[in-house]
Amino acid sequence: MIVELGHFTLLLALLVAGLQMVLPLVGAQRGWTAWMAVGGPAAIAQCLLLTFSFCALTYAFVTSDFSVRLVALNSHTLKPMLYKVTGVWGNHEGSMLLWCLIIALFGALVALFGGNLPDKLKARVLAVQASIGVAFLSFLIFTSNPFLRLVSPPMNGQDLNPLLQDPGLAFHPPFLYVGYVGLSMSFSFAVAALIEGRVDAAWGRWVRPWTLLAWLNLTIGIALGSWWAYYELGWGGFWFWDPVENASFMPWLISAALLHSAIVVEKREALKSWTILLAILAFGFSLIGAFIVRSGVLTSVHAFANDPERGVYLLAITGVFMGGALTLYAVRAAEMQAKGVFSTVSRESALVMNNVLLAVSTFVVFIGTIWPLVAEMAFDRKVSVGPPFFDAAFTPFMVLLALILPIGSILPWKRAKLGKSLRPLWLALLAAFAIFALIWTVQTGRTLLAPIGALLGSWLVVGAVADIWVRTGRGGVADKIGRAWRLPRADWGRVVAHMGFGVTIFGIAALLAWEIEDVRTANIGDSFEVGEYQVTLLDVREVQGPNYLSTMAEIQLTKGGTTAILTPESRFYPVAGMPTTEAAIDNGVFRDLYAVIGDEQADGSWAVRTFIKPFANWIWAGAIIMSLGGLLSLTDRRFRVAPGAAKARATVAAE
Amino acid sequence: MIRALILWLALASAAFAVEPDEILDDPVLEERARELSKGIRCLVCRNESIDESNAELARDLRILVRERLVEGDSDDEVIDFLVSRYGEYVLLTPRATGANLVLWLAAPVLFLGGLAIALGYVRSLKETPSPETLSESEKARLAELIDD
Repeated sequence: MIVELGHFTLLLALLVAGLQMVLPLVGAQRGWTAWMAVGGPAAIAQCLLLTFSFCALTYAFVTSDFSVRLVALNSHTLKPMLYKVTGVWGNHEGSMLLWCLIIALFGALVALFGGNLPDKLKARVLAVQASIGVAFLSFLIFTSNPFLRLVSPPMNGQDLNPLLQDPGLAFHPPFLYVGYVGLSMSFSFAVAALIEGRVDAAWGRWVRPWTLLAWLNLTIGIALGSWWAYYELGWGGFWFWDPVENASFMPWLISAALLHSAIVVEKREALKSWTILLAILAFGFSLIGAFIVRSGVLTSVHAFANDPERGVYLLAITGVFMGGALTLYAVRAAEMQAKGVFSTVSRESALVMNNVLLAVSTFVVFIGTIWPLVAEMAFDRKVSVGPPFFDAAFTPFMVLLALILPIGSILPWKRAKLGKSLRPLWLALLAAFAIFALIWTVQTGRTLLAPIGALLGSWLVVGAVADIWVRTGRGGVADKIGRAWRLPRADWGRVVAHMGFGVTIFGIAALLAWEIEDVRTANIGDSFEVGEYQVTLLDVREVQGPNYLSTMAEIQLTKGGTTAILTPESRFYPVAGMPTTEAAIDNGVFRDLYAVIGDEQADGSWAVRTFIKPFANWIWAGAIIMSLGGLLSLTDRRFRVAPGAAKARATVAAE
Repeated sequence: MIRALILWLALASAAFAVEPDEILDDPVLEERARELSKGIRCLVCRNESIDESNAELARDLRILVRERLVEGDSDDEVIDFLVSRYGEYVLLTPRATGANLVLWLAAPVLFLGGLAIALGYVRSLKETPSPETLSESEKARLAELIDD
């Protein structure tokens, strides 16, 4: 019964979204306030209906109602409760329902907290957001309905996939979806502004928090996915340039560009039409990502043929929204006159450079991702584009970005004197080069990768400190600390996020350059050296887990007086018939010790793989610091208060 | 996304990649083999190199690469051999020939193009006459007034 109700509210939500799409838009064109006022309540109603629908599906999963086809295919009574719940979005249909719910949730948030928006803009934003909702709800209902029943329900579910029963993987999709879908909000604002034909500083201020929210969730989602790959795949890789990964990385890159250009709109009323274009493209890359992941077109050309309906539908959604928005853009962009003028050396110019680098690197990733498809269809060449290409084509942009970042963030707006503005950075540069030289001499004869990574990382971190130092003005240290405390949170957000970027760059470079790997066969009791560690295989035994059989090794690593015991496992899950590798990791600030146990050899010894991974955790720590920066910026006072003031400014700007 | 990952992992299964018995005694040759393996695609996997993959075919290819190296092939000869046998698809780094030039040139061309547009835009802003400066006719008129 509850499932049927959930199905019913899903259909109702589509109806409500349809109304929310049409009425406020027509109202805003004609100036009918009553019609415009429909948008808010409709957005909240749509969100409530979908929330109920989502809860109904969760209920079916929790109670293991195998008469629901989706539950029968994707759950099992033996699954722990946590993974029964996360299993709701661990499949195409359920995750699409979550996706629709988040679209509606963002709409409802605008309805609830958008009190400072002019009525017309708000009506149009809600209408555009609802049109996205209509597209995805109809996709869900007509091609991937999660509530379909089975005529003869099975005794138990089919899926007890051990790989899904993992916190890293269970929680990474919701973060990513909030990110992907959050960009629909920036898109709605962009299209609404185009319909209105007006973009001003206030618009920049409204669109920024939504982009920030999307970006910081994407950051967390990507970091979780990468961290999961690191500990689960059994050899500690953290990024593979896989199409599925690129699908989430492209929106991240372009929304980072959007974040920065929206600042220029807000502070200086320049780069307006470019920012609108970025907002459209950012959501476009989200749609392309959804298409890539769900149609399977890039995984293999044949997967597309297996499910042409979904792929074509998603491609159509992408085409309609991008085609429509870009046409509107072509017609209206010329009306966006820039007000703020700036010179070649200024913070605006630095942000333009940031945008060039981020946007171009997004397109490079995009071209690399779709090239195998293009080459096969257009040139009849079957090629692979793998990590070596992306490393070579993408990395230079990040290096350049890291080089200009501290300079850009310290330059004043409008017009700058390079020599004078850069004075506080000399110390940062000196520190960065000192660290570079130190590492270079200590690690004689190895690649330059690590020293360069350290140079960039410390340049970013010390540069961020210099940024705060300058921001606090003149005076004694005590004065400065007092003023630093009172700086806007947005300033702190910027500084923290930029530091996080530096930490991640250093982590990646250090791990790639200094990783030590050892593969060998060892008998129980054997001892060998890996790097500076004495490694001993103490024991290998069979262990019976709750729903799996495990071969568990006990490996001791000693360095100086400290000892770490690692217990890597290779498990077999009988229900799923699937073996998994459970690497054992001893996490540390300066290094991870990483051990994997392989098969028993013919002579009774065991295959053992040991890694020393220096600074591995810095990669994800940096990502978390970046998202914290985003969060700090999001709580800035100017986003929270003074709706009245913003409204007044908007009406002035409108004249 | 999850389904795609599962597919990937199902193919990779319990990943162990390079097995101890494959490793060559000569550390220099082994190092070359590892480097080469990182650029060779495991043909039955999802976007994985033979160095990372646990698939049977990846193991065969790893052993093949090592056999060729032991026989004295150069790195290029090993790669040419693999391409002649499995096609260009086996390379994770696509060759910069023919249509693939588009792929390789995309990054520099887009960057230079973007840079040119950005510079043009910033310059154009600077050239807009600001209201403080007077046009030639205004200057002439001012001079006239002052002279009077």
